[in-house]
Amino acid sequence: MIESFGWPEFMFLVRATGWTLVLTVVAFLFGSIVGGAFAIMRLAQSRILRNVASVYILVIQSVPVLMVLFLSYYGLSLAGFDIPPLIAASLSLGIYVSAYLAEIWRGSIEAVPFQQWEASSSLAMTRGQQYRYVILPQALRISVPPTVGFLVQLVKNTSIVSVVGFVDLARAGQLINNATFQPFQVFGSVAVIYFLICFPLSRLSKHLEKVLHVGRTH
Amino acid sequence: MQYQFQFNSVLAESGFIMQGILLTIYLSIGSIILGSIIAILFSALRANGPRWVGGLVDVYVELLRNTPFLVQLFIIFFGLPSIGIRLTADQAALLAMTLNLAAYSTEIIRAGVDSIHRSQIEAGLSLAMTKRQIFQHVIIVPAIAKVWPALSSQFVLMLLASSICSFISVQELSGVTAIIEQRTFRSFESYIVATLLYLVLALTLKVGLLGLGRLIFPRVSGLSRVQVKGEAA
Repeated sequence: MIESFGWPEFMFLVRATGWTLVLTVVAFLFGSIVGGAFAIMRLAQSRILRNVASVYILVIQSVPVLMVLFLSYYGLSLAGFDIPPLIAASLSLGIYVSAYLAEIWRGSIEAVPFQQWEASSSLAMTRGQQYRYVILPQALRISVPPTVGFLVQLVKNTSIVSVVGFVDLARAGQLINNATFQPFQVFGSVAVIYFLICFPLSRLSKHLEKVLHVGRTH
Repeated sequence: MQYQFQFNSVLAESGFIMQGILLTIYLSIGSIILGSIIAILFSALRANGPRWVGGLVDVYVELLRNTPFLVQLFIIFFGLPSIGIRLTADQAALLAMTLNLAAYSTEIIRAGVDSIHRSQIEAGLSLAMTKRQIFQHVIIVPAIAKVWPALSSQFVLMLLASSICSFISVQELSGVTAIIEQRTFRSFESYIVATLLYLVLALTLKVGLLGLGRLIFPRVSGLSRVQVKGEAA
């Protein structure tokens, strides 16, 4: 007998939404650690470090997330790691996240007026101290709106992780559709759930842009 | 155990890979052209149409920008047949990509249109230009020229997102890669080849669009651009 799309199916979608959110958070945390490192490298004094970071960012941003996902998944298993789907998915998405965050954060750091660097270096601060006490606190404020905006992209891109065996919201929709053959109801509900997550984030990003006066030249 | 890379079995399928590349190019270029046309029409409606039509355009843009491309693809490919519209996987892919890109491009072009100063339009009016002439010469062309870099990166992102069409069995580059992987059992090698090809395609498109921009908008290259970021579908 063919099931129909009812309450239990909807609850299945809601649980899968939980996994989508978990995946988003873990991928974001991993990506922000790596991305932060690359943002700093991109601005380092050593030319080699700068070039390595530029190439990394360019390559990751110029290949599909799907390829990043496949390569890191198969790469990890070739290297002999047998890792659960959640970790595999968040590590691979984290690599994708890192390239975009590195670029966003580099822009935020560069948006801090150059005089701030000069002033802090005239106080005999080391580069680490300059970042820690002068530059990063100001860059943080500039980076918040685009980072929240990028979160929307991340939530949407988690929808492809079923290829590494992870059951997220989009995959749950597929499974239910296979059993019920009610594509409009099922994928419509899936789309609504994604929208309910992404739209407030998009709005928040736009709102923060206004509140934090980003884009205003000093 | 040391892994032995074997690219031979993958490269033996180069004809099949070429077919995939051609379909990827076809889908990307097709959706870029069709999506841009729709985006310009939508921008015209937002600028000149009644307020409720502009509102509908905004709703469309927000709906598509805040849901994953994959889900849009599923609704079109699995949903439309249930109301009697049958599409092949390739047609569904082209339609989904076009609609998706149209939404993002409309949003980007909007930023350009917003940056056109009111006095420009007044200048047009004082020259007795018609509404259509003003939209064409004073609003849309300068607007697109200003946001061309953002629009270009959105086009490149669409090329990359076309890989998602393999989920509905479209045999574009990532679709053929999946088949080759199953034939040869060389997963890592297959995807390395595909990734490098995507890299070449994306960088070529990027450079091509840069050149195209200089060709179409020669006077604007020195002017200030409006800063808008492209967003992944």
